[in-house]
Amino acid sequence: MDNEKAIETEGTEATQNWLRRFIVRKYDFLEQPLPLVSRLLIIIAAVTLLAVFFFPLWNMTFFSNQYTDGLMLDIYAYRLEGAKTPNRDDLREINSLNHYIGMRPLLESDFSEFVWLPFAVGGLMLLALRAVVLGKMSKLVDVFVLFVYFSLYSFWSFYYRLHSYGHNLDPTAAIKVEPFTPPLFGEQVVGNFTVYSYPDTASYAFFVYGILLFAAIAWAWRGNKRALAAAEA
Amino acid sequence: MKNLFKKPKTLWMFLGVFLLAAFLTIGSCSRRTALKQDKGGAAEAATLTYVAPGDLDEYYLFYSGGHSGNVYVAGVPSMRHIATIPVFAKYPATGYGFDKETKEMLGEYEWGDVHHPALSETKGDYDGRWLFVNDNGNNRVARIDLRDFKTKQILGPVPNVSGFHGGAFVTPNSEYVLAASRFSIPLPKGTAASVEEYASKYKGVVSGIAIKPDSGEMSVGWQVLMPPYNYDLGDAGKGPSDGWAFWTTYNTEKAIGKLEVTSTQRERDYIVAVNWKEVEKAVQAGKTQVIDGVPVIDPVQTPGLVYLIPCSKSPHGVDVSPDGKWIIGSGKLQSITTAYSVEKMLAAIAAKNFSGEEDGLPILNYDAVKEAEVNVGLGPLHTQFDNQGNAYTSLFVESAVAKWKLGTWEVLDKIPITYNIGHLATAEGDTVDPDGKFLVALNKLSHGTHLNVGPSQPESTQLIGIESEKMKLLYNAFTEPEPHYAQIVKADKLKPIEVYQKEENKNPNAIWDINDAKAERTGDGVTVKTVLVRSTITPTAIEVNQGDKVTIHLTNIEQTTDELHGFGLLEYNINVVVDPGETKTIEFVANKPGVYAYYCTNFCSALHQEMQGYLVVKPK
Repeated sequence: MDNEKAIETEGTEATQNWLRRFIVRKYDFLEQPLPLVSRLLIIIAAVTLLAVFFFPLWNMTFFSNQYTDGLMLDIYAYRLEGAKTPNRDDLREINSLNHYIGMRPLLESDFSEFVWLPFAVGGLMLLALRAVVLGKMSKLVDVFVLFVYFSLYSFWSFYYRLHSYGHNLDPTAAIKVEPFTPPLFGEQVVGNFTVYSYPDTASYAFFVYGILLFAAIAWAWRGNKRALAAAEA
Repeated sequence: MKNLFKKPKTLWMFLGVFLLAAFLTIGSCSRRTALKQDKGGAAEAATLTYVAPGDLDEYYLFYSGGHSGNVYVAGVPSMRHIATIPVFAKYPATGYGFDKETKEMLGEYEWGDVHHPALSETKGDYDGRWLFVNDNGNNRVARIDLRDFKTKQILGPVPNVSGFHGGAFVTPNSEYVLAASRFSIPLPKGTAASVEEYASKYKGVVSGIAIKPDSGEMSVGWQVLMPPYNYDLGDAGKGPSDGWAFWTTYNTEKAIGKLEVTSTQRERDYIVAVNWKEVEKAVQAGKTQVIDGVPVIDPVQTPGLVYLIPCSKSPHGVDVSPDGKWIIGSGKLQSITTAYSVEKMLAAIAAKNFSGEEDGLPILNYDAVKEAEVNVGLGPLHTQFDNQGNAYTSLFVESAVAKWKLGTWEVLDKIPITYNIGHLATAEGDTVDPDGKFLVALNKLSHGTHLNVGPSQPESTQLIGIESEKMKLLYNAFTEPEPHYAQIVKADKLKPIEVYQKEENKNPNAIWDINDAKAERTGDGVTVKTVLVRSTITPTAIEVNQGDKVTIHLTNIEQTTDELHGFGLLEYNINVVVDPGETKTIEFVANKPGVYAYYCTNFCSALHQEMQGYLVVKPK
């Protein structure tokens, strides 16, 4: 309140006034404690993220006349897993087929993501829990911003992977194909295969994590607004 | 022409020739028509045997390939031949007999005569683990593992057994595969005695080939010394007859020469009943002599093991009913088959109700053990059973199958067969729990009921529906020689693999990375570790010196179904086929200098043709 008085005493131009008020309000907002509901939402969000360690992020399925049941590839945060039955090892099969067009074999050791992704996910969980413990809006906003940055970066990284696998084809390959980017999302015909690529459980967990964090922010924001209104009245 | 027909004589001559031709044509037509089966039920038969693309047959049919040395696998009811399992002969199609392991297993013999496939049993029912087959030609017995449909062991030539015909029949818990001598000889093998001394110097044996319960590994368990008869077919008892084994005999005259005459002079031959559980005990008690490394029991010196049951002359099959109560035996020149009661047999043995003895062995009183004589028809050979208490007997001479009832002993139905049925198989028909439904007739002659393929004609198999009161002929199939005997097993009792998992490949010479593929010189030889994968044989070139002993280990690193790769080496008489996940080894001496191509023989991929390489043999 003292601040506001100070600003008013200096009170000159309207815009300057508005900007100041905005900054002050944001400052108040970020400094405010998190209500119980928001904290609970963050805990749920952090727990949801555990799914990333157990379920695949993405699934690609390759159908053709020879593989009417589809060759299946699950991409986890930490490894690649082809469907494996006693009669077929799909990852091995996909690599066997890809070598004809000169695509590099999909090797886990080539994916640096498999090292930093689980680490980062653990970080996101810990930072969320930190926000719960410290109970400050600024900590929550930090995690949310990091989450958005992390999601966009991972998405780009995945797209870049697909792009480079489809573009760095061995020029000596038996079958020459135009460089292509395997589908990130949706359906695409590649040679005699129809490929379907869609996010899987872990990605949905990520999404839910983001939504919950946002809900926690929104809940606190709304509560704060009401408290302010009540104080002013 | 006008002038020609004006002459009455010429006209009559033409008419005559025309009429003669017409008669002959009509005559041959009617003969052909007579051969054809009634087409009234064609739609029904077609529906019953039609297995749509993508659908699977309900049963496996394992039938013997006779002197081809193979076992054939077909589906029932479609009767489509699905696979050939090579056993006693090389088979380039799968590379069998060319790699080190199978070459050693086949040994010096290039043929075998597969007669009687027998599925392993647990409690008298098929357990889907192994298929045992005999080799009548070179006295061997083989075990096929039904996990991968491959021959895993060949035992033999079995000592003292000459003409391994009375096998491979299994006991109810696969304790033993039974074997008997078809042709008695002087023992041990290697002993020569003139055929004039046949009755005194020649001996038959019946044997129990012991099966290891976990691995199926076979070894010669024991043998029983038998009089110099010919031992034909056998079956193991079950239920009340468990512990007994039965074999038919012919030539109990102990005659030589033209057996067709000399061995058919008496009206009766015997079914021999061998108490194998008692034999086992006697062997453990040490009442044996060792002949050619095998513990052999003389049943004359150790009584209570072997009994002779009179049977009308020259019997072929002897079959125990599913409940184990009846033994069905038939003289193959008669028109009746005899059902013997196991209960009565045991009582007669206990009461020593013998009608005499021959060659020191007691003969059971026929009237005391006979339950019924069933008038099935001419030339009864082999009997199988369904789930309704019916028996089906093949009639070779009459070329038909008779259906009759156990217990009431009445003949219910008969169906003609084209032609001359030998054995028959019903679905799980020799187990304690037959399925009924289908019967497969294994016929000796096809007599041109197929597209003409010249004088060397195939045999025929016929599928007969036995679900209703009347037997119905459903389908004719033609097979390579020689469908002696078959087993029909419900498909879901088998759980075969389609790929050898990388993890289960324990071969020390297996490699899984093309970067590990290489040739190495070791003393006087070269050892090559090779990877087969679409579409390269790595290494793509191998250099050796003339005279080198070359060992090539081939690993197919595919892990998907039906990606087989072959390795054919030109002019070195080598071809192997390696299944996904399998490792095979070939060995040869590079005695011919020059350059020899090798290539994938089993079509694998779009660039299969390019899957090739060179063996360079540098001259000395």
